[in-house]
Amino acid sequence: MPVETTTPGVLRAPRGWRRVPNTAARIGTFAWVELQKLHHDRTELLTRMVQPALWLLIFGTTFSRLHVIDTGAVPYLAFLAPGIIAQSALFISIFYGIQIIWDRDAGILAKLMVTPAPASTLVSGKAFAAGVRSVAQVVGVLALAYLMGIHMTANPLRILAAMVVVMLGSAFFACLSMTLAGLVRNRDRLMGIGQAITMPLFFASNALYPVAVMPEWLRWLSRVNPMSYEVDSLRLLLVGIPSAHPWLDIGVLVVAAVAGVAAASALLRRLVR
Amino acid sequence: MNRPAIDCRHLTHRYGEFTAVDDFTLQIQTGETLGLLGPNGAGKTTVVRLLTTLVPIQHGQVQIFGLDARHDTMDIRYNLGYVPQQLSIEPTLTGKQNVEWFARLYDVPRSQRAARVREALDAMRLADVADRLAGTYSGGMVRRLELAQALVNRPALLILDEPTVGLDPIARDGVWSQVAHMQEEFGMTVLLTTHYMEEADALCDRVALMHHGALQAVGTPSELKARAGAEATLEDVFRQHAGTELGEDTTRMGLGEIRAGRRAARHAG
Repeated sequence: MPVETTTPGVLRAPRGWRRVPNTAARIGTFAWVELQKLHHDRTELLTRMVQPALWLLIFGTTFSRLHVIDTGAVPYLAFLAPGIIAQSALFISIFYGIQIIWDRDAGILAKLMVTPAPASTLVSGKAFAAGVRSVAQVVGVLALAYLMGIHMTANPLRILAAMVVVMLGSAFFACLSMTLAGLVRNRDRLMGIGQAITMPLFFASNALYPVAVMPEWLRWLSRVNPMSYEVDSLRLLLVGIPSAHPWLDIGVLVVAAVAGVAAASALLRRLVR
Repeated sequence: MNRPAIDCRHLTHRYGEFTAVDDFTLQIQTGETLGLLGPNGAGKTTVVRLLTTLVPIQHGQVQIFGLDARHDTMDIRYNLGYVPQQLSIEPTLTGKQNVEWFARLYDVPRSQRAARVREALDAMRLADVADRLAGTYSGGMVRRLELAQALVNRPALLILDEPTVGLDPIARDGVWSQVAHMQEEFGMTVLLTTHYMEEADALCDRVALMHHGALQAVGTPSELKARAGAEATLEDVFRQHAGTELGEDTTRMGLGEIRAGRRAARHAG
């Protein structure tokens, strides 16, 4: 709650620890707004399912028959499905920067920047929204996988954990996109950059093939790509493929998401100046 | 003597080489309605952006209710209501959700929130359409919805940046009558920018005329009209200070200069 100053009717922002519940409430508010938006346009969740379905049905089935990618005892489709979830989440999240530029052009961002909501709460709300949209992909891909006879877990706790992993990954990529938006400040330029980085992020990860088949330079890229850690976690949780470093996977995703929120928040005001 | 609601002293703001606001000094008293007038590119929007803490202060001082715009930005924001030039609502939320969003951002207590949202929508005559998606609203309704958003926290200072631009005369009247009503009820200070001289004449206690980033004249509409001559209108005062020129002769400027000038003018407003 704000407090009144000695001038009647004039308020001051809370100080010290009192800011904590305010900040949490504002993150909750931005998350609420994003959920309401989704509620009013639920078809978006369904239309977004088309792309991962095509990847699984066309690319997955074809490459599974070719037997060119060695995934050991695990069928290629089971190996691929978690990668497709991560890829789909990446494709959703990477365009959040364009959305924030859209908000800037529509005047919404300036209006929000004039409220007592810190930039970090707006960024966190957007990151949450990217996570929610991506989590829907987990449900969709799992449903499709069951229909295709791909063996994936039905354990609700593992599925819940996979959703948390996807939310963290999506938060990072949405923040990366908003950070780039703060740097380039131009929608067309950002679209170009978004398209330029999406495929390298995807292909320089273990989403489609194991790291072992990559050339050394690509392995190095894969090691600094948070998407690889997201895919490793998802494979462990959904298919049971062991990860060499399960806690490192989660740690990288948490640190990347927090760093992403910090970077995007620091640059957000540049958009309205 | 009462402290002014807004106290700007020697405010100067530059975008690169372009001076958007030049040594701007102005005080606005609590409860006053002041109209900031000027041609396109005069610097009105930059002044608004400085006062709303969107842009950091480069040179000079700004105090709002005694709060320093350089250091007390978050305190100032708690006391502001702001309506920008663009029609800027969230079209995929309902009218009611748009207002509730801002009530939450301004920490309107949960126990009062529903009543305050209803009150703001009632005041803007939007209660009947509150559950419709805002994307289906007309331009005038969107503007009233924005006012409801800006007023839901009962701000001590309401800043309106050309709020009636693009609206038909009936919608404009509707917006201003609601602003006047809310001001009467809550005693807010109002700063508005407008291109419509008749609106400024009818609504403002005082008007301030800007041109080329500098303040040219300040006074009540009647004072300024009297100074301009017998039977002068506020538009005559405006023309007297802003001139009638359309701008520099761009035929003698390079394309780069023209583009740089346009960019600077967009910033300056």
